[in-house]
Formats: sequence, structure tokens, C-alpha cells
Amino acid sequence: MTDISYPQYLDLAAGLFLLTAVGVLWRQQLASMIRLFALQGAALAAIVAILGVRQHSLELLLVAVGLGVLRAGVLPYLAWRALGDSPAEARETRPVVNVSTSLLAAAALTLLAYAVTQPLVALAPSPATAILPAAVAVVLIGFFTLVTRRRALSQVVGFLLLDNGITATAFLATAGVPLIVELGVSFDLLLVVLVLQVLTTRLRTAFGSSDLDELRELHD
Amino acid sequence: MTIILLLAPIGLPMAAALVYAAAGWRPYTTAWVGVVTTALLAADALSLAATATRHGPVHTAGGVIRADALSAWMLLGVAAVALLACWASPAYLSAGHTSAGRARWYGILLHLFIAAMASAVLAGNLGILWVAVEATTIVTAFLVGHHRSRTALEAAWKYVVICSAAIAIAFLGLVLLYYAAKHAGLSGEDALDWATLTGHAHQLDPAVTRIAIGLAVIGFGAKAGLVPLHAWLPDAHSQAPAPISALMSGVLLPVAFYAVLRVKAVADPALGAGYLRTLLLILALATLALAAVLLIGQRDYKRMLAYSSMEHMGLIALAAAIGTRLAIAALLLHMAGHGLAKTVAFLSSGHILHRHNSSQITDVRALATRMPLLAGLFGLAIVALLGFPPGALFASELGIARAGATAGLSWATAAAFALVGAAFAAIGAHTGRMLLSPQPVTATVAAEASDPPAALTPAAATPLIAGLLGVAALGITVGPAAGLLHAAANIVGAP
Repeated sequence: MTDISYPQYLDLAAGLFLLTAVGVLWRQQLASMIRLFALQGAALAAIVAILGVRQHSLELLLVAVGLGVLRAGVLPYLAWRALGDSPAEARETRPVVNVSTSLLAAAALTLLAYAVTQPLVALAPSPATAILPAAVAVVLIGFFTLVTRRRALSQVVGFLLLDNGITATAFLATAGVPLIVELGVSFDLLLVVLVLQVLTTRLRTAFGSSDLDELRELHD
Repeated sequence: MTIILLLAPIGLPMAAALVYAAAGWRPYTTAWVGVVTTALLAADALSLAATATRHGPVHTAGGVIRADALSAWMLLGVAAVALLACWASPAYLSAGHTSAGRARWYGILLHLFIAAMASAVLAGNLGILWVAVEATTIVTAFLVGHHRSRTALEAAWKYVVICSAAIAIAFLGLVLLYYAAKHAGLSGEDALDWATLTGHAHQLDPAVTRIAIGLAVIGFGAKAGLVPLHAWLPDAHSQAPAPISALMSGVLLPVAFYAVLRVKAVADPALGAGYLRTLLLILALATLALAAVLLIGQRDYKRMLAYSSMEHMGLIALAAAIGTRLAIAALLLHMAGHGLAKTVAFLSSGHILHRHNSSQITDVRALATRMPLLAGLFGLAIVALLGFPPGALFASELGIARAGATAGLSWATAAAFALVGAAFAAIGAHTGRMLLSPQPVTATVAAEASDPPAALTPAAATPLIAGLLGVAALGITVGPAAGLLHAAANIVGAP
């Protein structure tokens, strides 16, 4: 990989990374949300792999493979299983904020991400830190998805977007936190998704659907 | 020897969890295994505290596991509340007619929960601390949903989603802190080790550190029940089984706040005390105001206890904002006193719930005449929580107020204590109604006369009495723990 193409590959992967997050806000079918999330996992793995090739680091390449398996394979598979019997019909019907407003919000959040990451980029300017705003934008969009979507599974996808964004930030800023922490984080993430999957199943048994509008017995 | 002392707090609960996984929960045998292991844990915490007071910090596994006076104080709190919760669990499970399968899972998850909290306070590295705090969310998710009712599942869902998202935000903060630390010249292994970070704090880039610290405090603060991400707390605490509520309120909230204290120890030398003081003051006052308002109109006594936890965490955040040694010592005493008193309150509320099948305040009447022992224990726990002497909370609230006045934060402290006063009045009125209101004159009395609900047995009451004695003892004198408390306050507190 030459010096000229390295930033371009990185930008391409980061662009895909951000676009898939916006795509999750755009699509209403839960099945296509999960596909987009899997694609984003692949983009994340690609970012880490590009950094690994650039830094001639075998460790980073192995981490990229691990991330790819977890975030483009295992987690989407678990989310898919939580869809239940009729995956094609499961839709996000009445989000708190409708789709067109959500897309505008995504644009605003991306601008916000550029504004708040200025000190981060200024600390160590490089092609990798230059795309930190995209990673932070994914964090914000993930959080937005989490609070504005009503289906249990779309909230899970929102949480996973948030987490992808944070992982991307970690690798772009510092080539990853220490390995023991990264392993702990990935393990925790996997367990959270497993817990949420079991809870979704139990919610469906108890409520007949996973529409969280039904969850309104506890309030003040 | 120190290695054993440092590893046992994580190993003992793990061993108990293995016993429950292998042998299940049997009322007269394995049910008491957890009591034995937590008693050993308490003994271990005591000797670790003695070591840390006398010889300073000890560590093992390359600094990943580390104990100083602050960790030892927190571990003592974890051990004390865990002991009471495990001691009360057999009575709770047998009263609830829990099936064998669920009781087994209860045993496994309860002890994994204790192990996760012990790892959190013994972590020498902000990354490991984060992993341990997140692990507490995972293991308690099914404990909150233990009853599998619609409300319990709803509470568990909110709990996992909000806490995981909040703690993810804290992780983003840690990532940025790591980024700043690496550019300050720290090596990858040391850059999240908080002892090293505190030592090199003045070299961190202030702009990046400011973002990092803000995110970390909001994230860990959510897990400690502070606004704006507090919505999980009243639901989870009111739906979980009583011993679990006791652990979640009595020690999990303080353990999450312990993470905030560790972050504060890095933030203050890096950014000056003003930044985090402002942030914590806002969080503290907002949390207190919200808790006070929701306590006034509260109709459910378990939710009342949950909002009271938020009120106390607000006070603790206020003490952290003040940040002097006196304030931190009062904060640590407040954590311990609140932990014990809230444990007794939740455990007795569990017994009240079993006897009334309702957690509505209006459904519980004349408790003082119908069940004097239970009413007395619940009432005394509330009295301790309201800050009456000789409870520890009287001493700690006095300490926080004095520290606030001397640190030049009189207005904020006065506002905070006005809100505490409102909460005091609300809790007092609700509890008075439960204990002292006249007997209902309807069919329930006749039904109760022919089939009176089982009285609280002395065996079931013992852990509650022990907890109350602990609160009173701590309020009268911290005794031999004074040295530990001072050493712990010196780690975080400004002179």
C-alpha cells in the first residue's frame, strides 16, 4: 500500500462505516437494519486491517479478523435469531421521530461530531485521526437510534452502532486500547447481546410482541 | 500472602457460584455456602484494610489487581452488605416458593455479581474497572427479571439497555483519556493504570482530557443513579428480589461512584478542581431535585426506597464536588451507612411485600400494631436513612454540610440540604402512613383474624438487626477504621 492510497482506502472504509449508520435510520425493515449493521461491522474490520497493514502490525491484523467475525458475523446472527418466526414482516412502524426527520438529525449529528472532535484531531493530526469525526458521528447516530426507535431489536441495533463507533474511535485514535481491555470489552458486548436476545424472547412470550410501547407499566 | 488476600475477594464468590452451579440451591445445605464465603470475604477485606493502612498500597498480577485504603474501604462495604444479603436470601427464597431451577440461577448470579463488584474495587486499571462495572450489569440483568412478570421483564430490559449505553459512553471517555495519555508519553500498558495516570496528569492535553472526563463521569454517574440517565433505577430496584435490591442500592451504586472518584483523582490535577466541581454540582442538585419531587407523590414503597437511593447518591455527588478531605471522608462514611441502612430497609420491605402481595403504600396499614417486629425494623432503617442520630448518616451529613460551608460552596450546599429536607418530609410521611395509620375496618381484618400472616421469625430478623447495629456503631465511632478512612480520604481529597 503506497503512502498516497493509504488515506484513500481509510476514507473509503470510514465513508462506508458512516453511511451504513445513516442507512439504519433510513430503513424500517428490521431485517435490512441487521444487514446494514453486518456491513458496518465489515467496514470496521477493514479500517482496523488498513491500519494494521500500514503499521506492519500482525497483532492489529489478527484483531481485525476477530472484530470481523464478532461484528459482521456473530452479533448480526444473534440479532437475526431474535427476530423470531417471520423476519421479513418485522418492521419499525412508528418510530418516535419519523424517517425524514431522523435523516436530518443524522446530518446535524455528523456536523456536531466534526465540531466536538476538533481538539482530538488537533492533538495528533494524521490520516487516521482525520476520520475520527466519522467514528464519533456513528456514536451519536447510534445513541439517537437507541432513544427514538420503539422496537426492542432496533434499540439493540442502535446500541451496537454506538459500540461500533466507540471501537472505531479507539482504533483510529490510539491503534486500540490494551489487548486485555479490548478482549474484556468484546466479551462484555457479546454477553450483553446474548442477555438482550433472551430478554427479547421472554418479552415476546409475556407481551405478545417486542413493541416497547407495551412497556409502560412502570412509571411515576 | 498479599497475593492470596488480593485474589480471594474475587475467588471466593466465584467458588460459591460454582457450588451453586454444581449442586443447586438446597434449603438446609448449599443455601448457607454463600453466607460462609461472604463471611470469609469480610474477614479478607478486614485484613486487606489493615495491610493497606499500615503498609500502603499492595498489588499483584503486574498492577492489574491493586488495593489501597480506598479500595479496602469499598471492599469492606461490599463484603458487609453481601453478607447481610446472602444471610437473608434463604428466608426470602423459601417465602417466595421459588422453583429449584430459578433458585440455582439466583445463587450463581448473586455470587458472580459479588465477584464483579469485588473486581471493580480491586482493579488497578481504569479499563479493568470498566469491564468489571459492565459485568455487574450483565449478571444482574436476570436477577432483576427473576420474577419473570411483565413488570420485572420491563425493568430488566430498561436496566440493560440504559446501563449498557451509559457505560459505553464512559468507555468512550476512557478511550479518549488513553489517547491523551499516550500522547503525554505513557506506554500502552501504563496509560490506563490510574496510579500512573494520576502521577502524569499534568502532562495530559487539557482539551481532550476535558471531553474524556465529562463522558466518563456522565457514563459512570448513570450507573450510580445520577441524572440524566437515571430512568432505569426506580424500575430495577423496585422489581428485583429484595436481597438483590439491597445489593444494587447499597453497594452497586457506590461502586459505580467509586469509578467517578478514581476519574476525579486523574481529572483534578489535569484540569484543576473547578471543571469537575461544576459538573458534579449540576448532577448532584439535579438528582436531588428529581428525587425529592418524585418522592413527594410516591405511591409505591419499594420505589420510594429507590428514589431515596437517588437522593443519597445526589448527596454523595455533592460531597465529591466539594472535594476536600473532610468531604471525601464524610462521603465514604455516607456510602457505608447508607449501604447498611438501605439493605435493612429493602430486606424488610421484601418481608412486607410477601405479607401484603402489594407494594402500594396505601395497602399497608397499621403495620406497627399488626407486625411490631417487622414494623420496628423497617421504621428504624428509615429513621437511620433520614439521618437521625446515632446512625452513621447523621455524622456523614453533618460532615458534608460542614465541608461545603468551609469550601465556599454554602449556597449549593444549602440548596442541596433544602431538597434533602423535602425528601425527608415525604419519606417520613409515607412511612408514618404505613406504620401508624388506623386499621382498615373491612373484610381484610376479618380475613386476617382467621388467617394471620406469618410473623417475622427471629432467624429471619437477625441479619436485619445486625445491619441496624452496624449503622448505629458506625455513627457512634468509626473506631479502629479511622486510620483507614483518613488514608482513603487522602487519596482523592484535596487538602
